[in-house]
Amino acid sequence: MVKWTFGLALAVWLAVLATLKLGIQPPIPASVLMLYMVLVTIAILVFVAADETRFGHFVAPLRAVYEGRVPRPVQVAVLVALPALAGWGTWLRVAPNFDAPFEPRVVHPEPPSTFTFNGRTVDQLTLKNPLREGADAESLARHTAAGKTTYYRNCFFCHGDALGGDGHFALALRPIPANFRDVGTISMLQESYVFWRISTGGPGLPNGATPWHSAMPVWQNYLTEEEIWQVILYIYEGSGSTPRTWDEGTGGHDH
Amino acid sequence: MIHPSSSPPVTPYALKGVYKGILKVSVMLALTYALISGLASILPAADYRELPLLGNRVAVWIPAQLHLMFAAFVLGVPIFAVITEIIGAVTKERRYDELAREFTKLLAMAYTVTAVLGCMLLALLVLLYPKFVGYMSELFKPTWLLYIVLIFGEVIVAYLYWYGWDTMQGRYKKWHIALGVLVNLWGTALLFVADAWVTFMMSPSGIDEANHLVSLWDAVANHTWMPINIHRLLANVAFGGAIAAAYAAVRFLNASTDEERARFDWMGYVGSFIAIGAFIPLPFAGYWLGREIYQFSEQMGVSMMGGSFAWLWILQASLIGSLFFAANFYLWLGMGRIPGANRYTKFQVLMILVLALGFLTWATPRSIIATGGEMAAMGGSHHPFLGLFGVMAAKNTAVNLMILTTFMSFMMYRRGNRIPVVPWATVGKALQALVVAVAVGIVLFYGVYSYFVPSLVRIGFSVYQVSAVLGAMAVFVAIDIPLLKGAREIGAIQWGKIAPRAQYALFFMAIVFTLLMGLMGYIRSGIRQYWHVYGRVADESAHAYTMSHGSATLIVSGIVLVFLLLIAGVFALTARQKDKRGDAPAQVALAGEDAR
Repeated sequence: MVKWTFGLALAVWLAVLATLKLGIQPPIPASVLMLYMVLVTIAILVFVAADETRFGHFVAPLRAVYEGRVPRPVQVAVLVALPALAGWGTWLRVAPNFDAPFEPRVVHPEPPSTFTFNGRTVDQLTLKNPLREGADAESLARHTAAGKTTYYRNCFFCHGDALGGDGHFALALRPIPANFRDVGTISMLQESYVFWRISTGGPGLPNGATPWHSAMPVWQNYLTEEEIWQVILYIYEGSGSTPRTWDEGTGGHDH
Repeated sequence: MIHPSSSPPVTPYALKGVYKGILKVSVMLALTYALISGLASILPAADYRELPLLGNRVAVWIPAQLHLMFAAFVLGVPIFAVITEIIGAVTKERRYDELAREFTKLLAMAYTVTAVLGCMLLALLVLLYPKFVGYMSELFKPTWLLYIVLIFGEVIVAYLYWYGWDTMQGRYKKWHIALGVLVNLWGTALLFVADAWVTFMMSPSGIDEANHLVSLWDAVANHTWMPINIHRLLANVAFGGAIAAAYAAVRFLNASTDEERARFDWMGYVGSFIAIGAFIPLPFAGYWLGREIYQFSEQMGVSMMGGSFAWLWILQASLIGSLFFAANFYLWLGMGRIPGANRYTKFQVLMILVLALGFLTWATPRSIIATGGEMAAMGGSHHPFLGLFGVMAAKNTAVNLMILTTFMSFMMYRRGNRIPVVPWATVGKALQALVVAVAVGIVLFYGVYSYFVPSLVRIGFSVYQVSAVLGAMAVFVAIDIPLLKGAREIGAIQWGKIAPRAQYALFFMAIVFTLLMGLMGYIRSGIRQYWHVYGRVADESAHAYTMSHGSATLIVSGIVLVFLLLIAGVFALTARQKDKRGDAPAQVALAGEDAR
């Protein structure tokens, strides 16, 4: 087996490329495919070079070609194919296309330390949901129910009946609205973050978050502060998730 | 020739060395003070003074990072040295003592460079950021005094440690080791004090609404202080070991005799062993630090991991993944010079598979660079399949398995030429396999389960994963030691008979460690964004913006290059210094010796 190291390495490389290129839907963006293939190439090279026998068998065919111990047509084919492949790769990178240019995207735009809510400066660092802090079960249920009403009057058109980000308008928007049931969205965030996103909407996104041109309205123009906090209570309750919180007892200090 | 053990432990030669060290530091501090006072009286008073060309920020950044790298080196080397010295004293193998001595010799010059860079940093900070430095000085006044006392203490103990090496042999050895431990305690104290200032800027506490000091201890023991202390301490050991290994690699490649090759091959192995040993718990310390950052401020946490700095973490993941590759590559190649170790070659297929899959998972970005067409195909926010690998649940699982794999490479290397002969060998090996299998099971189970629970619960799972891996490693080693007692040796390790390309792995590791320090240093500092003291004292200078990643990483790379050149200079100049012992370093007999 080890004497086929070169062929096996090549076969593994091609198999991984084919799997990543054809086996995953929607297709993997080219930037990630490139990253993966570079890593796979390194992994294969590390593996073959980490053992003298394997390494010997890996370089043997290459040496045979370059030292002229293979038939001339094979030598010519390799020496033509390598620059041709490099040329093709270069062409793929520089050929003109009509796609929008690459732009880095940020899934969780970083919140500012302060933002303006109806002319008042809100400190993000200390912001907490006043309706949850120290609330009894009865008032929590009442506010959550009020939040549910607000949600279905305003938010569900985009964020969906079951908070899955699949409302009536969802597919008309890019990016599509957040799916609150996805563990990667609100369950990873503190309520203060969600309050900032709802209050300031798409226009409140920081520059670093472009081209995350969200269609989210600036809800502070339409809802009261209490209504926004109520909606937040509801989206966590309704999606079966909990806001990101910290066990203050383990941190050593309270801030 | 080693002096007889009856020699006095502290000779006039050693005292002269100490006086020289004290004088050097005193002169440097006095000159810095004079320079700062002189310039401050000439320059107009201002909150910020602008340095032409480089700009304030970069002007402070470069010496700060270089100072930190040298400080890490001068703190890491004594840890490395004293560990090696203790191994030498316990095993009675002279070559360990020689190795420790060879590296301690570097300290004097490395201290000088560290101090020069520290003075440059101090001068630039005071002159360019007078108002902010004034605030910090006032707040932390007692710690500054403590710091200066500690610097002198460190110089005295470290110079005694070096200059007393040859006289404190034999029955004085334990005192010399105690001195080495003291160097480390003193160095650690220095690190902790400096960390207090840095971490206060990240996660301030102990001050009131008007930023006046309420409790100095609270300001020192802020949220991120202890995690950074531990993280840096471990990283210093890894860094010291990696630089030592790289030095050995260069010497190996330049060696002209088999004896030299054997010596430097062994030295490289010991350096890499200590580096990787300290590197393995480093991600855990990093998670702790990350957790504390999030706990202090979610905004800061999101900036760091999900916001504008997220892409730098992909670079970090690539660098750390490369370290795992390099470490295993080196060990596997090293097994080629161990008779009998080829029986473990068959496991390398599985191990490279775990490492490669782990690396791919770790490098999978959460925020993907995509064209308009690709974004439309993905449906906007993120890739439905790749998104699974972009979150911490997957990354924790990946890194834990990569750590376990690297640990197994070490264990196979260790056992390479030995076959256990104890009567319970089969049971022992089965138990070891079971422990590793259980750890893998726990890591995978909680990794998958993490996707179905809220974040608060998920964070708790990472503790189980880490505990399973650390526990498995501890149990494995605890069984391994008695298991290999009196083991049958297939043959001696053929030191020096390693492929030269293995040395490039050592060199690569040192460069990657240095790059990681620069990159992580930038992220740690950069996430304060436009604050001097996060959320409390704003940076109102023209440089209070977050740089483009391209510019920042260029500066980091430049700093790494300068550091490597400087450290190479320290090595070259120290090698030229006449060894006052009066003879060439003893060549160590290696044939038949087992380094493990």
